[in-house]
Amino acid sequence: MAVLNMEGLLREYLPILIFLALAIGISGAMFVASMVLANQRPDSEKLSAYECGFEAFDDARGRFDVRFYLVAILFIIFDLEVAFLFPWAISLGDIGVFGFWSMVMFLGILTIGFVYEWRKGALEWE
Amino acid sequence: MTEMPIILPAIPEIFLAICGMGLMMVGVFASKERASSLVSILSILVLIVTIFLVVMMNKGEALAFNGLFVTDHFAVYMKLLVLIGSTVALIMSDGFVKRENMDRFEFPILIVFACVGMMMMVSANDLISLYIGLELQSLSLYVLAAMQRDNLRSTEAGLKYFVLGALSSGLLLYGCSMIYGFAGTTSFTTLAAELGGHDGHGSVGVVVGIVFLCAGLAFKISAVPFHMWAPDVYEGAPTPVTAFFAVAPKVAAIALFLRVLMEPFGGLVDEWRQVIIAISIASMLLGAFAAIAQTNIKRLMAYSSIGHVGYALVGIAAGTEAGVRGVLLYMTIYLVMTVGTFACILCMRRNGQMVENIDDLSGLSKTHPKIALALMIFMFSLAGVPPLAGFFGKLYVFLAAIEAELFTLAIIGVLSSVVGSFYYLRIIKIMYFDDERDAFDMPVGRSLSAIMTITSVATVLFFIILTPVLDGASLAAASLFSG
Amino acid sequence: MIIQGLAFYLFAFVAVAAGVMVISSRNPVHSVLFLILAFFNAAGLFVLMGAEFLAMILVIVYVGAVAVLFLFVVMMLDINYVEMREGVLQYLPIGALIGIVLLAELAVIGGSWVVLPLSEAASAMPTPPIDQVTNTNALGRLVYTHYIYLFQAAGLILLVAMIGAIVLTLRDREGVRRQRISDQVDRKVADTIEIVKVVPGSGV
Repeated sequence: MAVLNMEGLLREYLPILIFLALAIGISGAMFVASMVLANQRPDSEKLSAYECGFEAFDDARGRFDVRFYLVAILFIIFDLEVAFLFPWAISLGDIGVFGFWSMVMFLGILTIGFVYEWRKGALEWE
Repeated sequence: MTEMPIILPAIPEIFLAICGMGLMMVGVFASKERASSLVSILSILVLIVTIFLVVMMNKGEALAFNGLFVTDHFAVYMKLLVLIGSTVALIMSDGFVKRENMDRFEFPILIVFACVGMMMMVSANDLISLYIGLELQSLSLYVLAAMQRDNLRSTEAGLKYFVLGALSSGLLLYGCSMIYGFAGTTSFTTLAAELGGHDGHGSVGVVVGIVFLCAGLAFKISAVPFHMWAPDVYEGAPTPVTAFFAVAPKVAAIALFLRVLMEPFGGLVDEWRQVIIAISIASMLLGAFAAIAQTNIKRLMAYSSIGHVGYALVGIAAGTEAGVRGVLLYMTIYLVMTVGTFACILCMRRNGQMVENIDDLSGLSKTHPKIALALMIFMFSLAGVPPLAGFFGKLYVFLAAIEAELFTLAIIGVLSSVVGSFYYLRIIKIMYFDDERDAFDMPVGRSLSAIMTITSVATVLFFIILTPVLDGASLAAASLFSG
Repeated sequence: MIIQGLAFYLFAFVAVAAGVMVISSRNPVHSVLFLILAFFNAAGLFVLMGAEFLAMILVIVYVGAVAVLFLFVVMMLDINYVEMREGVLQYLPIGALIGIVLLAELAVIGGSWVVLPLSEAASAMPTPPIDQVTNTNALGRLVYTHYIYLFQAAGLILLVAMIGAIVLTLRDREGVRRQRISDQVDRKVADTIEIVKVVPGSGV
């Protein structure tokens, strides 16, 4: 019984699997084809970055300002908050008023955090 | 499915959490100059109100939130210790915070949230609530350790604590998942019912899970071999934060240890006892020997606390009601002594700079006879000299171990406490018999001297209040074994 | 059924291989990219087990946010990784020893797999049948009501994380001119412009 249901679930994912296989196949084919079929006569000018672009093969580690990190971590926190909203939205009919207010309380806690951030100026870039 | 769960037993936690959030709003909306001192005073008030709430809710065992949360006499006893320790640490930090550029309103708020986490730990009745409480507490502590972010050592302490703490949380979670996988439940009540009937012969998977769980918890109480973070963090963190670390989280983690081992896994006592004995012996010995070579007083206190955790673990290893009572008494006394010692350390300030070397104490008896006297009392008590408080703590723990027929453990404990008394006595010798140095900055502040006075008097006259404290501890210990 | 089996082995193999590459590739940026690959394959494995919601969360949170943060940190630290790797050989024996001990433990557990009698009843209880309720819905029915305590505590943890990030990284920079919208809106003509009658030839 359970196995059958699992099959049904997974069958819904079959198109995605096929899509993935196609995507990998086609992009791989393009990649290989351009390596094998195209004329390649590189010279130093062709390989260098055009005018003011980044060097293509260079050390990737430049120092970033720590402010980027702050923005990223605040993003993650709210991202997690949003992740909690998905099951809530789906099951709201089953969990009723109590479930609704439960989420409102959760959002309230994070709104406190949001007000704190705002007042501290963490959302400003200067 | 949609009815409200019971929340009444958790009122103190809910109150503290809501007040913590309210204080954040006070902090950001008050004017910049006043925010820090205002929030600090309000936090102390909130913590005191919470202490009263905890006492008022003391009505025997009660479950809340669908069995995820439990209060009983044990939880109330431990919560009181945690809250009193945190409040005193916060009061002590007052002068330091203003002088050392830590004057930010987040500091008391983080302590409040750490307290919420610790109370959740103490009241956990499920592996998931255990973990969530532990993480709430740990996350606040990581930030507190790195609070002085312009100070290299403070930042290092925060980072080390974070990395190693995350590792230990990983071990703990792995253990929890093993237990869940093999026993099929995370609830302590169900686990106790399931494992109790097996005469200590659970499945190997559960036992491995318990070992991992113990490893994760041993990390939090800095027991050997998971102690390596403690000296660096104690030394690097700002001194009031170190005082807080040495007191509250340790008590909470010991409470968690007791509850986890006695309630759900009480039936498997033969399986986990060897582990606890091993880390207990290692902690006592390392605490005694490694502290001898230290020159920094905060590092010394770190090794001292490792040793004391070892003694507390002796009581846990006994696995009996008497053992638990001994641990509770031990943690109470440890709290008083440690708070007092750190109050003395916070007085060590020369020309506006904190000094932390043990040599800086030399000749203290001539320059500051009162501080020297207080510190001497604490050192004698930490060493376990009768009739001071520390002696009774060790006495009851060792008695419990002997009752449980763990003679080797008790003997090693007594021997290592003899070795350990060497370095406590060395401090007294430096204070009383070495040449005097420049005086410390005066005055030390009213709150610090009040704390020093109260704790030293309590340490000296502990035998008077021994009976009521012991009664409370017995009641708390009994509630852990009633279920 | 056969596709399912093939997909499992594909995902599992790629996940393990990517995991090995995370710790063995020379360039930490490549490590992070392999980590992302491992996350994707783990998501695939979750789908095979019927845990759709976890798979989606893995992609959204871990690939979308955490891995990006990892890249940030790797770039921010500016580590000389050649130097960092010098000690590896020195620690290899002890690492290998710990690995072998763990492997032996796993073997012991595998050999004595005893599920306690009560556990089947306990574990079968909370999960509704998969053909009546979707995975996400089943989670939603429990998390917000039955486990409200943990849910709100998780909110508090996120709050502390916010405080921590701001306390540790945010600095007030001196001498920065900020935009004050209220000031701009409040500004009146009278505050800024003064009309002066000037007699020609005499100057202001």
